[in-house]
Amino acid sequence: MSTDRIEKRIVLKASRERVWRAISDSARFGAWFGVDFDGPFVAGAEMIGRIMPTQVDPDVARLQEPARGMKFVIVVERIEPMTRFSFCWRPFAIDPGHDYSQEPMTLVEFVLAETEGGVLLTITESGFDGIPLARRAQAFEANESGWEHQTRLIAKYLARDNQP
Amino acid sequence: MRAQSLPADAAPLFAALGDRVRLALIARLSDQGPLPTVRLTQGARLTRQAVTKHLKVLEDAGLVRSERVGRDRAWRIEARQLARTRAYLDRISAQWDARIERLRAFVEDGDA
Repeated sequence: MSTDRIEKRIVLKASRERVWRAISDSARFGAWFGVDFDGPFVAGAEMIGRIMPTQVDPDVARLQEPARGMKFVIVVERIEPMTRFSFCWRPFAIDPGHDYSQEPMTLVEFVLAETEGGVLLTITESGFDGIPLARRAQAFEANESGWEHQTRLIAKYLARDNQP
Repeated sequence: MRAQSLPADAAPLFAALGDRVRLALIARLSDQGPLPTVRLTQGARLTRQAVTKHLKVLEDAGLVRSERVGRDRAWRIEARQLARTRAYLDRISAQWDARIERLRAFVEDGDA
């Protein structure tokens, strides 16, 4: 198993247009992701957003509340309509007093394909091998109990849905 | 004795693990507990020098620790570091699972 990347696959029961919009339109992306961006996604552009609790799950929104307003930065990489959207970012870069600009980023890619029953979305985050050890420790210092709750919520969803 | 915390520019943890020989060394140390270099070299088709080089990469990444024992060195797993590695990726993975559920709700149930 690779230590450099995480890959997720999901079949979404919706049209390709709808899925593409949800991912490539910054306002829609922000609504489910939980970030308020300052404009549309443009290839090559750095986007600044503010963390805002997600609009689609009140339980999770409550847990995200402590991080509300924190700065969130992505650099959009590629936009291939209906097919691929990617950006670079720094996971857990939420210490307001710290300058992250010299630190390595990971790449997040969303790839869409038609499949039986809907749209196959593949999400890949890669580049973890380049993240220094000291930065990884922050993943645990940030919001320890929040993540435990979130993991329980995920278990609830997955049990309800029975995704293989 | 090595310090517990590593400098930010230490060799990436995962690059240290991404080698068959080093993975095998980790596996042996996990199974058999602390071992001296001479034992780790037995049964490996490598010279003592090559094995030591690999062990030093693991030590630099904080995955093993060593101490002088007579004229040899004894190596042991730094278990916490390995667990942290796995836990870090699991945490990121769980975050993505949560986001994916929100995306699903958004496109399938909501006004997307």
